[in-house]
Amino acid sequence: MSQLLEVSGVSVTFDGFRAINNLSFSIGPAELRAIIGPNGAGKTTFMDIVTGKTRPDEGRVLWGERSQSLLSMSEAQIARAGVGRKFQRPTVFEDQTVADNLMMALKAARGPLAVLFWSPKPADHSRVAELAAEVGLGDALARKSGELSHGQKQWLEIGMLLAQEPQLLLVDEPAAGMTLAEREHTTRLLVELAKTRAVVVVEHDMEFVRRLNCKVTVLHEGSVLAEGSLDHVTRNPQVIDVYLGRSER
Amino acid sequence: MTRTFLARNPSVLIFLLILSLFTLGVTVLSEAYGIAFLSTSFIKTLGKTLCLCLAALAMDLIWGYAGILSLGHMAFFALGGYMIGMWLMYARTEGIVITALSNEALPATAQEIQNGIAAQIFGVVGASELPGVWLFAHSLPLQLALVVLVPGLLALAFGWLAFRSRVTGVYLSILTQAMTLALALYLFQNDSGLRGNNGLSGLQNIPGLDGVSQDRISVWFLWASAFALGMGYLLVAWVVSGKFGSVIRAIRDDEARVRFLGYSVEGYKLFVFTLTAIIAAIAGALYYPQAGIINPAELAPIASIYLAVWVAIGGRGRLYGAVIGAALVSLLSSWFTGGRAPSINLGFYTINWVDWWLILLGLSFVAVTLFAPKGIGGLFDLLQGLRSPDRKGAPLGPDDGALLEKEAKE
Repeated sequence: MSQLLEVSGVSVTFDGFRAINNLSFSIGPAELRAIIGPNGAGKTTFMDIVTGKTRPDEGRVLWGERSQSLLSMSEAQIARAGVGRKFQRPTVFEDQTVADNLMMALKAARGPLAVLFWSPKPADHSRVAELAAEVGLGDALARKSGELSHGQKQWLEIGMLLAQEPQLLLVDEPAAGMTLAEREHTTRLLVELAKTRAVVVVEHDMEFVRRLNCKVTVLHEGSVLAEGSLDHVTRNPQVIDVYLGRSER
Repeated sequence: MTRTFLARNPSVLIFLLILSLFTLGVTVLSEAYGIAFLSTSFIKTLGKTLCLCLAALAMDLIWGYAGILSLGHMAFFALGGYMIGMWLMYARTEGIVITALSNEALPATAQEIQNGIAAQIFGVVGASELPGVWLFAHSLPLQLALVVLVPGLLALAFGWLAFRSRVTGVYLSILTQAMTLALALYLFQNDSGLRGNNGLSGLQNIPGLDGVSQDRISVWFLWASAFALGMGYLLVAWVVSGKFGSVIRAIRDDEARVRFLGYSVEGYKLFVFTLTAIIAAIAGALYYPQAGIINPAELAPIASIYLAVWVAIGGRGRLYGAVIGAALVSLLSSWFTGGRAPSINLGFYTINWVDWWLILLGLSFVAVTLFAPKGIGGLFDLLQGLRSPDRKGAPLGPDDGALLEKEAKE
């Protein structure tokens, strides 16, 4: 099976601290994957590397059918190539309306001149309305996104990601700060999304990961410790050691 | 959703209306076309103020909307002035030299005329040859093109270097200050080819309009400045109204996030930086013929800081705020420093406004920043608020009288 994203032998060091150590990871075109690991395991750094925010010291990151290297591309180019990222804390543009936020994210030409002369067509407005409805913000289109609740902002951000139509979604702790009902909604949405694209979820919350019911990758000290179903990895003695802190070293 | 640009932005129409009424009013009160209530020098001051408003508009676009605090935009303004000044000075000197040489027995050759012009213009700096930068000074269309090209290319090169290395915030501001200072120091040198600290002078005499009095010319320039301000306002309002405006405000608020949406933040910054440099240059090209003189002191770092102060006091992030700030503060400034403001005698000390105006301006700037971050433009929100109070949030019920979300909580 050909892979959508293939990370191999990647290492990165910050001031002598090895955040990622010879990490290899790959994901197929329509797959849901959860990444778990204790604090400092390198989960966020891994996302930074894939999205171009951090450059690794060594290793390869290959993307898509043509196995393009992501390492020589800027953040914006990687995003345009089809990698979407959702941050841990909701980052929406609070000063602008929900509709503006979605319109900005909508897949379209991204160059300054193209954007300057771009004007929304009826299809764009209906797509924005559709996306807003999908994430439960259908009646909040004209509101400033700064007025939304924490959960609603998370939703708006997911809506913006959908508007980008990415092939790979990197989602950082989507359930943090959400109510139970919101979590269930999030789970359903992520599972649904993974039918048509690759979704990588970084999560602390085991209960949430269990609900996603997908393959799990455990990171520890910057490399993959175990991979498999959640039951499989939680039976792994090394994983138990790391999570419960009974390290023998 | 299909409403036109002006219908979506009623403030643009109101602004253009007020600007036209102002222009009409000044024309009626002018010496040349009306009841001679306003002196020619005051009309020139008003015309210059309109140019400063246009520069403030550019500053608001780059600072208020894109969040880039450039403290070098007056360099582009002055460069625009230099470019038009070169033609004005050359063409006028050419006329004088030709008249002088026509008394000779033999008709003057082109070379003699050229030498005469060079000696006239550069006598003050002890040179007698036209420097290379004056190559196009004989041609108005070429020199007008340079008004746009020279500042535009400088901004493009500077911006490309700065934004590509992701210099942001206060470091970028310092860099722009360094740019304008370096340019000023360069122009102060006699061998920069622009007459060193003498600058270019006599710019108020428009070649070919010898028979027209300054009374009329001042009104013509006021019209031109008002027209440029109106067009600039329309352009900037259009730029910030659509998705482009959305993107640059997003860059101001969180540029990393914009990158992950797939927009090349650097490209947008460079575009806005260059566009605003060109707007400032056009404003400068209209300003200096009214001022009559330009010298390198116009590029001093403080000039660009004033520009930022005007925009901050007027209210950044809204276009009419920038215009109000520039107009109000620069007019007040010329009133206070012109010695017309009455001194205040405190008994033990007399406050002489020529000395104290800068302190007053500084204090107002601090006060505005601390207590009214929206500036004078914020007053319009207050007025708006009196008519339809900001009720925070969407209606909870279908009726007009229904509580709004935050009210319900309170």
